[in-house]
Amino acid sequence: MAYPIVRYLIPPPIPEANISSIRVGSVGDFSPETGIIFQFGRIPGILIRLENGQFKAFSATCTHLSCIVQYRGDLNQIWCACHNGRFDLTGRNVAGPPPRPLEEYDVKLEGEEVWVTKRA
Amino acid sequence: MWKRLRDWIDQRFETGLLIDFLKKKKVPHGKGWFWYYFGGVALFLFVVQVISGILLLFYYKASADSAYESIRFIMSQVKFGWLVRSVHSWAGNLMVLAVFIHMFSVFFLRAYRKPREMTWISGVILLLLVMGFGFSGYLLPWNELSYFATKVGTDIIGVIPIVGKAMMTLLRGSEEVTGATLPRFYGIHVAMLPLIFTLVLTTHLIFIQVQGMSEPRGWETVPEEKKVHIPFFPNFVLRDLLLWLIVFNILAVLAVLFPWELGQKADLFSSAPAGIKPEWYFLFMFQALKYIPGTVLFIDGELLGILAFLIGGLFWLLIPFLDTTDDGTARARGIKLGGTFILLFIVVMTVLGFVV
Repeated sequence: MAYPIVRYLIPPPIPEANISSIRVGSVGDFSPETGIIFQFGRIPGILIRLENGQFKAFSATCTHLSCIVQYRGDLNQIWCACHNGRFDLTGRNVAGPPPRPLEEYDVKLEGEEVWVTKRA
Repeated sequence: MWKRLRDWIDQRFETGLLIDFLKKKKVPHGKGWFWYYFGGVALFLFVVQVISGILLLFYYKASADSAYESIRFIMSQVKFGWLVRSVHSWAGNLMVLAVFIHMFSVFFLRAYRKPREMTWISGVILLLLVMGFGFSGYLLPWNELSYFATKVGTDIIGVIPIVGKAMMTLLRGSEEVTGATLPRFYGIHVAMLPLIFTLVLTTHLIFIQVQGMSEPRGWETVPEEKKVHIPFFPNFVLRDLLLWLIVFNILAVLAVLFPWELGQKADLFSSAPAGIKPEWYFLFMFQALKYIPGTVLFIDGELLGILAFLIGGLFWLLIPFLDTTDDGTARARGIKLGGTFILLFIVVMTVLGFVV
């Protein structure tokens, strides 16, 4: 009797397009030393424009307990407000409870457009 | 007319038995008597929760597209809607507080000992269910804070070895906290938990009625004639009612002067806001997890933290079976020390959670 109930409660898989690359915006949309959260399929990503104009992108899901991180210009780090976890701008966990680095994405500029691609 | 009504009922249900029971029922009135009333306060607040919760159901819509808007509608358009919601939120918090006070008073009065082991166990289950009510209800307004609190809370469940991930998906209705999570939490909050809670609460109350209230420590050596008891009805009941009235007034003041805020609508693709905190009764766990490093001896810090909480919880549940000796023995002192440590840990971490 329990089996059909448990099976009923397990959500069926929802088919999802396998997105590996996404256009996040134009270069002019991003000021240096700022970061934005963007939608990478069903996963949040973070795109940061560094002081030198270079772009960096990572998964925005904190490796500790899955809160969404943010860029902190005053710390020059990626910060998770939930448990004060910190990552440097290579995605490495440098302080607080996160056990692993953030997954890094490739950023490519095609003309004025900023594209983020998942690494194979 | 009252006599006729009473006779009518009595002929069918033999209420004389109940009246006899109430007439004979006595409550010990010794050291620590004040703490005996907090179980009743928790019960009273549960009734307030049921009534205010039913009222909220008349307007609440459990979907990611309309949950936040429906609460805003309740608070801004429905007459006294803000009050009903505020009462529900404040009464929930006060209920958790009353349950905590009740539980720790039972612990320090050592009222859990033989033959009341199962009363304690059912009480601990009730505390977990109350916290479950708080956790599941917190998501229902679908605001920023509730979204991240649920994300962190369910992720903690996902850390439990072997079964954690499956439990997390089952609870979320998806791999992530999404719109699919909301109806699940709604169902848990308004149907599943009330059903289980009512069954466990009934069992808890039956145990208390059958065994009577625990006598204060030290009464084992006091002669029967020197023990002071008060009649349950009307003395204890009237005192209970008076305290309920006081609690109801406190609740009304809190609900009116500090109406519960709604906050910002949840955005699944925005960063967790600075200063984010869970409800106060989860704050000690939240704060403690901040202090555990990412890895401790090759083990994920979060896993270590969760395991420590599980062990602490198991110790708490099994206390009546661990503390079987008389007052003053090394074991009894050890148990008291362990419980005091747990209480201090909860208080210190909660305070740090508010000030740091």
